[in-house]
Amino acid sequence: MAELAYWEALRRAHDEELANDPMVIAMGEDIGVAGGTYKVTLGLYDKYGEERIVDTPISENSYTGIGIGASMAGMRPIIEIMSINFALLALDTLINAAAKIRYMSGGRAQCPIVMRTPGGTAHQLAAQHSARLARLFMGTPGLRVVTPSTPLDAYGMLKSAVRCNDPVIFIEHESMYNLKGEVPDEEVFRPLEGAEVIREGTDITLIGYNYSVHWCLSAADKLAQEGISAEVIDLRSLKPIDRETIRRSIEKTHRVLVAEEDEAPVGVGSEVITGIIEDCFFALDAQPVRVHAADVPVPYNYNLEKSAIPDAKDVYQGALKVLGKV
Amino acid sequence: MSKIDRKRLLREMVFFRRFEDRTFEAYMERKIGGFLHLYSGQEAVATGVLEVIQAERGIGFDYVITGYRDHIHAIKTGARAREVMAELYGKETGSSKGRGGSMHIFDPSVHFMGGYALVGQPFPLAAGLALACKHQKEGRIAVCFLGDGANNQGTFHETMNMAALWKLPVLFVCENNLYAIGTAIQRSTPIIDQYKRLAAYNIPASQHYGQDIEVVMEATQSAVDHVRSGAGPYFLELLTYRYRGHSMSDAGAYRSKEEVAEWMQQDPIQILAQRLIEAGELTEEEFKAMEQAVQDEIDNDIVKFAEESPEPKVEELTKYVLEDNPDPRWIGPLEAQGGGHG
Ligand SMILES: Cc1ncc(C[n+]2csc(CCOP(=O)(O)OP(=O)(O)O)c2C)c(N)n1
Repeated sequence: MAELAYWEALRRAHDEELANDPMVIAMGEDIGVAGGTYKVTLGLYDKYGEERIVDTPISENSYTGIGIGASMAGMRPIIEIMSINFALLALDTLINAAAKIRYMSGGRAQCPIVMRTPGGTAHQLAAQHSARLARLFMGTPGLRVVTPSTPLDAYGMLKSAVRCNDPVIFIEHESMYNLKGEVPDEEVFRPLEGAEVIREGTDITLIGYNYSVHWCLSAADKLAQEGISAEVIDLRSLKPIDRETIRRSIEKTHRVLVAEEDEAPVGVGSEVITGIIEDCFFALDAQPVRVHAADVPVPYNYNLEKSAIPDAKDVYQGALKVLGKV
Repeated sequence: MSKIDRKRLLREMVFFRRFEDRTFEAYMERKIGGFLHLYSGQEAVATGVLEVIQAERGIGFDYVITGYRDHIHAIKTGARAREVMAELYGKETGSSKGRGGSMHIFDPSVHFMGGYALVGQPFPLAAGLALACKHQKEGRIAVCFLGDGANNQGTFHETMNMAALWKLPVLFVCENNLYAIGTAIQRSTPIIDQYKRLAAYNIPASQHYGQDIEVVMEATQSAVDHVRSGAGPYFLELLTYRYRGHSMSDAGAYRSKEEVAEWMQQDPIQILAQRLIEAGELTEEEFKAMEQAVQDEIDNDIVKFAEESPEPKVEELTKYVLEDNPDPRWIGPLEAQGGGHG
């Protein structure tokens, strides 16, 4: 068992999948000679060469489209887009093509691509570099959307995503690349579907995904000091959402909070809470709470940015609200 | 160019170099955050091109737009250096009131219509500004500065097609510094000479040495003459080099020491200073005094202003998302509109 950083876990998954299947290629800006903005492909260009680790020009819509085309002809491209903001340029080819190819062809064609990209706010990167956008992809039939929050999931889910025959939107986070965690030395695959209870509790369920899972965990620590037992669920996949795991937890705790970095309107929280109301309304003892970003473009100024984006403290405060303690 | 002009231009370039160096220091002191892309090495391009534009029409007459490496373009267009520095500090007195930061400097009062962080995004925006200029018939044009890497974006091709078709008064200035972050130009396009790509759109284009401001100005003059004549867009490619990494998080390891040293020998400030000294228009002492005066101005006035300015108020987080007081006739609830539904 080794401690790996999130980026190292992704790099190992690339390395193993490239070695396993000659049809796997990686494509993206600066991923080859320069080793990738977040070092995820560091050293792989030397190992696999320029035809497998493809440096692309700044042409997101078309290089994603090229990846999609190649995937229809049997390749398995891992497409890196430096920031989810730039993935907006590729929305046409992702939403109008990748997501619909299987359906439009009556199941006769498929598009097994993985689009990897970090969403999220990092350190004062301002409006055009701070988008989250998970909700955009979640609303599109024909895509899978996964949001690993640990090095183990980053590694094991990327390996599964590469072998999956559907287009997978693989959302990382700029602030998670250096996060460390245990990853077994032997090869591991983690499923693309299914939420996970990552901390057991009885008084309240805290639901997060991607970076917000870590806010939930530290809020749960703080609540524990006050004798409150919080259960934490990592959604892991946003499309589909594992409603069953959420239902079982709420039938135990009867209280729920959803934490997301996306803005609230049309957010992940809206969808999760709608599901809860449909599945287990009568199990609720208190009004659910959403912790979410303010409905503003992300400001540059440090204090404004902090007030626009939630954190562990907001999850803790929100939990107290659900529990009727504030 | 007259003597005074050349000395003033030299001082401006010295100012721009020191401004960027000072932002580098402030970043290291953690007073500036986010991404910071510096312009050092490329000064002759923005200074020369915008000097020509302004000499003809004055500050803020024509529209200027660019990417994220935007501080110097903003200042040369007429934004106050104080406000640009305050923006980098995220202050309320900043040109975008602390909301935009380094990559999003705006000063519409002088028609500087922004820095944008998405590579290639300014192409169509520039053509749109030009469309407005053409429509409004006040003689304005639009000037769009972007790097060579941006030319691989779809917006480049789509915009060039329409700009040529509609004869829009827009000057595209390609600052070819040979790299897009860590990717050398020959690894991202089969045509290294960017101006040749414009033949496909029937847009006149030319390539020039961007380290000599006098060359830049001469080339700009004929390009601008073309655009102002109503003949449509022009594409000016200027060969230049950035001294620092792409941004603060980039050490620039993908470039050889020899290559960097070779370009440092072609420094736009030194080229002009040497020329003035050799012509007897400037002494070494005067040049040193000029550098010192610039440094004092930046430290004692510009940085001081930024440091002493107030932070934006957190209560005003949602200000500027939409108009503060929109007209209730179009926006308000139906009852407020006085009948119609009764
Ligand atoms: C749409 C988009 N894709 C990728 C990026 C990441 N990125 C920022 S700058 C840059 C290189 C741009 O190079 P160039 O246009 O030559 O300008 P230079 O930095 O050399 O001035 C890249 C790839 C981005 N900001 N926007």
